[in-house]
Amino acid sequence: MRVALFLTCVNDTLYPDTGRAAVRLLNRLGVDVDFPVGQTCCGQAHYNTGYRHEAEPLARRYAEVFGGYDAIVTPSGSCGAMVRELYPRMGERARAEGYGDTLAATLAPVVPKTYELTEFLVDVLGVTDVGAYYPHTVTYHPTCHGLRVLGLGDRPRRLLRAVKGLELVELPGAEECCGFGGTFALKNPEVSAAMGADKVRNAASTGAEVLCAADNSCLMHIGGTMTRLRTGMRPVHIAEILASTEEEPAA
Amino acid sequence: MSGTFVGMPAFPEAAREAVHDTTLRGNLRHATATIRAKRAKAVAEVADWAALREAGKQIKDHTLRHLDRYLVQLEEAVTAAGGTVHWAADADEANRIVADLVKATGESEVVKVKSMATQETGLNEALEAEGIRAYETDLAELIVQLGKDRPSHILVPAIHRNRGEIRDIFRSEMGEWGRPAPDGLTDTPAALAEAARLHLREKFLRAKVGISGANFMVAETGTLVVVESEGNGRMCLTLPETLISVVGIEKIVPTWRDLEVFLQTLPRSSTAERMNPYTSMWTGTSDVDGAATADGPRTFHLVLLDNGRTDTLADEVGRQALRCIRCSACLNVCPVYERAGGHAYGSVYPGPIGAILSPQLRGTRSEIDASLPYASSLCGACYEVCPVAIDIPEVLVHLRERVVQGGVVTERGAKVLLKPAKGHAAERAAMRAARWAFGRPGALRAGQRLASRTRRFHPRTLPGPGKAWSASRELPPVPAEPFRDWWQRTHGGKDGAK
Repeated sequence: MRVALFLTCVNDTLYPDTGRAAVRLLNRLGVDVDFPVGQTCCGQAHYNTGYRHEAEPLARRYAEVFGGYDAIVTPSGSCGAMVRELYPRMGERARAEGYGDTLAATLAPVVPKTYELTEFLVDVLGVTDVGAYYPHTVTYHPTCHGLRVLGLGDRPRRLLRAVKGLELVELPGAEECCGFGGTFALKNPEVSAAMGADKVRNAASTGAEVLCAADNSCLMHIGGTMTRLRTGMRPVHIAEILASTEEEPAA
Repeated sequence: MSGTFVGMPAFPEAAREAVHDTTLRGNLRHATATIRAKRAKAVAEVADWAALREAGKQIKDHTLRHLDRYLVQLEEAVTAAGGTVHWAADADEANRIVADLVKATGESEVVKVKSMATQETGLNEALEAEGIRAYETDLAELIVQLGKDRPSHILVPAIHRNRGEIRDIFRSEMGEWGRPAPDGLTDTPAALAEAARLHLREKFLRAKVGISGANFMVAETGTLVVVESEGNGRMCLTLPETLISVVGIEKIVPTWRDLEVFLQTLPRSSTAERMNPYTSMWTGTSDVDGAATADGPRTFHLVLLDNGRTDTLADEVGRQALRCIRCSACLNVCPVYERAGGHAYGSVYPGPIGAILSPQLRGTRSEIDASLPYASSLCGACYEVCPVAIDIPEVLVHLRERVVQGGVVTERGAKVLLKPAKGHAAERAAMRAARWAFGRPGALRAGQRLASRTRRFHPRTLPGPGKAWSASRELPPVPAEPFRDWWQRTHGGKDGAK
């Protein structure tokens, strides 16, 4: 099976540790993962802000770069949801607007092959115990697009529960949005910040050291709020926890 | 506070005030969290909820597709049952029809059932201008009216008020409108309800004209349905001699049997009740056998309201908003609504449904309407709870496209070319630049490397538009090297970048 890592532009630029962790984790589980360097961005920010036509060339690039792989794994629920839910919709819209079937046909092959990381681990590899060690108290925030669009369900929690040394504590109001929402964070900064502060207060109330999620863009907002509110908690991407072992513990 | 939404500022500005109002935040957090949990429980009891949701969606879609036919069928059925049907293309026409009908009775006051359609048309203000006083009889609408306030929720228009505030409004305002609040009124729910009951009772008994909306209209029988909790609706629908109902054209269901679905999904979604306390149904002024009824209004008028609905129906993505049965589940679950409050939406339709309904019914030309599609983090909680499966995030994004790209829209039945909204030039340039860079991995890498190499000089807070981020959140540190450089260093340097 030829497996590609779609790291996403945010992780590539700001969170390379998450990418390295995903590679280490997948290698440890016997997956020879490739990082096609032609990859850039899925176009989600464009699409969701109203610039669908600017997102179209990025979607076509994604289809071209990843078309030759059997599976495409991404450590981001929202970018995964972009490909799986919104690429088909983009194709439909182009068709409805009289541009023909080309876009839909170009994007169709990569849609079912794209997996969010925890989905790939549980559904494709069939593992929940990935042999990780992470001696910390962790609370998990299910990010919206992974939760509601991809339907990740309890997969991330099952993976976390199997991690040695990890104590998983429930996050009150877990399923409520953290307030990031892409350009929402900039367009409605007050409401976004208020949602973020409530999320951080709920996280702090658990007494956990770490808030874990499967989306670094949400964690960027939550983590930035945590620092500002001086909670002493850390945001950590689930890939980094699952990659951590006794021999090679996460930093 | 004024009683109108005209000239509202854009959503972010209006929301700013609400976010920092701790009383309001507390009121809303308490109210929405309570109803949210109750709704989840009430819905979980129904084994075939998903099937009911799908059925509701399909009934509404079918009706909307054949709306022309069902409207005529409804008109015939209502007329046959002794009612008179009026057609109103917009709010002004609806208000004029109602004012003329009231004046024809010689009355100068009316009692009202809670109605979103007449809130939408601004009927009370229009009647006031004609010398007719409209009394709201729903408890929450009464609080809003007495407080010279605006509604902030579809189902609970006074959700932004707590008990203490309501007691103060009753004490100071009730006397102006009729029977004053009892001496020593406390803020216990029972005392407040009793004060409202006494105040309203004399209005019910005196009124000769009642005005209502309707939750549903059955095309095959001409029956209108009002679903409510307090019984004030039943009073207004049965005691006055003349009943005037103003109803949006999308409220039709084809058959009596279709109510089976909505009378299950609506109460559970809105008040978290298995069944609402009062369901009133009436068919013109006659009994089932066609004879004039012994009780109930002698005269019945139905005003069918378009006011942007036909234009909304012309949009193949946006039309799903017309499935809405006004349950409010999306408001109660929305994290943005909970913090921004209902007034920030600048419309009688607040929350997620308002954010897709108002910019369609009113168009996206005003500042507030152009900002509403962005009043969401697209978290999708609204779509999840919607009992008629309106994909609100899909419509929000669709309307964002309309705002930034413009395009062909339908206005009063005619196709017009809409220009992109003002104020998006910098954003559009940034989106284009990002698309350009993301189309060239080499350019992206050059940008990433530049950011990494200059990272010691990055400020901790951003000036200008960047303040929107850094005012409340720390910036993420830029790493020493982007992932792609690490990959190429460690995985053989296969540079496929074009």
